[in-house]
Amino acid sequence: MSYPANYKYTDQHEWLSIEGDVATVGITHHAQDALGDIVHVELPAVGKTLAKGKSACEVESVKAVSDVYAPVSGTITAVNTALDGNEAVINSDPHGGGWLFKLKITNAAELEGLMDAAAYAAIA
Amino acid sequence: MRRTPFHEFHKEAGARLIDFGGWEMPVQYAGILEEHAACRERVGLFDVSHMGEVWFRGPKAMDAVSHLVTNDVNKLAFGQAMYTAMCNERGGIVDDLIVYNVAPEEVLICVNAANRDKDYNWMVAHNPLAVDIVNESDYYAQLAIQGRWAEALLQTLTDVPLAPIKNYWFGTGTVAGVEGCIIARTGYTGEDGFEVFLPAGAADILWPAIQAAGEPYRLANIGLGARDTLRLEMKYCLYGNDINDDTTPLEGGLAWVTKLEKGDFIGRDPIVTQKAAGVPKRLVGLVVEGRIARPHSPILQNGVVVGEVTSGTRSPSLGLNLAIGYVPAHLAAVGTPLAIDIRGSMAPAKVAKTPFYTRPY
Repeated sequence: MSYPANYKYTDQHEWLSIEGDVATVGITHHAQDALGDIVHVELPAVGKTLAKGKSACEVESVKAVSDVYAPVSGTITAVNTALDGNEAVINSDPHGGGWLFKLKITNAAELEGLMDAAAYAAIA
Repeated sequence: MRRTPFHEFHKEAGARLIDFGGWEMPVQYAGILEEHAACRERVGLFDVSHMGEVWFRGPKAMDAVSHLVTNDVNKLAFGQAMYTAMCNERGGIVDDLIVYNVAPEEVLICVNAANRDKDYNWMVAHNPLAVDIVNESDYYAQLAIQGRWAEALLQTLTDVPLAPIKNYWFGTGTVAGVEGCIIARTGYTGEDGFEVFLPAGAADILWPAIQAAGEPYRLANIGLGARDTLRLEMKYCLYGNDINDDTTPLEGGLAWVTKLEKGDFIGRDPIVTQKAAGVPKRLVGLVVEGRIARPHSPILQNGVVVGEVTSGTRSPSLGLNLAIGYVPAHLAAVGTPLAIDIRGSMAPAKVAKTPFYTRPY
């Protein structure tokens, strides 16, 4: 599995696709593989404001619950409602259709700490 | 970590291995959901060699077993097996077991992996009839073949007629040329199927033979992950989660294997006392709305914590969130509305009829 070159990554195994001041966020291939079959997602409320590092949502596999953290501070502008009942998309298409939420970035300076695809691939 | 004799086969098959009570075991091969479905719809193969085998031998072997366990094992015919609890002096469950009446003066007990040494030590320390008790766990490997095609598949590998073996009976004989196998119609999935005890040294013969025989049935290798979802759909107890040294068989839903009229056994008195006084809590099945409950999630009624979840998962077969947990006896009736605190948010739950799953054949 390759990691899209135009995405940014965190050491918590999240990816960000940034367009303007909005980041689309999901979990990486490595994360979904470690979790196994995903059967439930608890998405955040649209409008919710999150500080960087706070739990944004929960992704649950058959065996385990995993928190997904806000990779940068921001406000939730959209969530992927198509995942409801189709959580397996996170396993099959983690970097595309398996996106979780969109975040309006409030502190662009925080983007500096993110990894590029090559750096992330080295730890994944 | 300890490994079963099938370890290399698991690695070859691409299994993901985890530490399960000191054993390096496959948690999944193709994926839990796919493996679960394969067992429910076709047939699956499980390495359960981590389970322990303890033999009782001698003229009073079954009497010695009966002294230790809650079920009426004296009723067993040769070739018949029985599920039972083994209790401590407080009536708490030391382990849940299967007792096999193999031959005159020979009784086999299958114990849980994590309890191998604890059970053996307990048995030896409570052996007033001084029968011969031997822990032969390392001499045996064990495979479970579970699912609607289990009998057809296994029959291609053995001359032991399988159709006449009823549920909780067993035969002995040769499987894939391996002598000395015990073939029991038992399991932990809710499907028809068998558990086969074999000499550990024959593992290299049996695994490939079963794989080859399983091809026409699209046999799937199944790890501990799906083993757990399969058993949970049946509300079969997992020792250490749902029952333990501090829960009695009456609390743990095992009254059906607790025969107080059979004569004395260790733990009988406190169980009789508890039955007379009223069982304070009961292990129930729960269907949870919207969220997946996990072990130790608090169970509430009207905002007050009344119990705790001991097992929980999304049911692959039913698409429901299932849980098992203890609630006060007066809240144990099917349909009782409760709530479960799942990491701070309240999910409605209802006590449900169990087993949750019933096989369609």
